[in-house]
Amino acid sequence: MARVVVDVLLKPEILDPQGKAVEGALGRLGLSGVSSVRQGKTFTIDVDGDLDDARLAQLHELASSLLSNPVIEDYSIREVTA
Amino acid sequence: MTTGMRIGVVTFPGSLDDRDAARAIRVAGGEAVSLWHADADLHGVDAVVLPGGFSYGDYLRCGAIARFAPVMTPLIDAAKGGLPILGICNGFQVLCESHLLPGALVRNDHLHFICRDQKLRIESTSTAWTSGFEVGQEIVIPLKNGEGGYVADENTLDQLEGEGRVVARYLDINPNGSRRDIAGITNERGNVVGLMPHPEHAVESLTGPTTDGLGFFTSVLTSLVNR
Repeated sequence: MARVVVDVLLKPEILDPQGKAVEGALGRLGLSGVSSVRQGKTFTIDVDGDLDDARLAQLHELASSLLSNPVIEDYSIREVTA
Repeated sequence: MTTGMRIGVVTFPGSLDDRDAARAIRVAGGEAVSLWHADADLHGVDAVVLPGGFSYGDYLRCGAIARFAPVMTPLIDAAKGGLPILGICNGFQVLCESHLLPGALVRNDHLHFICRDQKLRIESTSTAWTSGFEVGQEIVIPLKNGEGGYVADENTLDQLEGEGRVVARYLDINPNGSRRDIAGITNERGNVVGLMPHPEHAVESLTGPTTDGLGFFTSVLTSLVNR
């Protein structure tokens, strides 16, 4: 089995009001020096068998069409140890 | 007045405003045809409304899962062929996720769900859904959304404005942080329109703040009759 993690974050130029709200809360709870918080999504995907190039290509295709919206978000894919 | 024109209304799991949209079509003189998200064809309708609501619970992103529903395959083809399509609120989000319209809709900048009677200015009457209005006409229809902030890159925004593809703008206040006060846009051909506020809730004086919303539905029926 292979485990793949897909991280999705809003592009830097897109306002992230949720991140801003969390940033404010961190400050109120005493964490000093916070200059930015961005809130994103993480998908942990377990697939049977090995992660060959064809499957990785398929995952990239789906990460850019379903899991993220390329108009407002960037994604990254990494394989981790399950 | 009955025009004999058949306008489909798609119901996704979680759609809310499909019945109001169907009612608005009937009030305007059309025949409303229910379309199901799992349908693989459009049953020969003359136009389609993608209604508001929370398709698939707004999971993943608003409209992101609905965009891959079976009914969207023939709908996307038909839209590219010129079929009039109106996406209202969640329907607008589905049209952006489908790349039938540019840009995206994101969380309101103030983070609150908003529900108000909203003043708009009609900016373009060159679309299938706004031909019955006057350019510059001010209307009031309900607005209710949590993720209604319209965003696109600066080039896209310039292009939309340059080509007259901003259909409506918010007046008095910008309720959700939409770039350049944009409330609705259209595609190059003018057959696909996305609108964040809800014209289908403003077609009868008993239940709406005005009957200004009726113009969107009478516009498309008129353009269908005259085609």
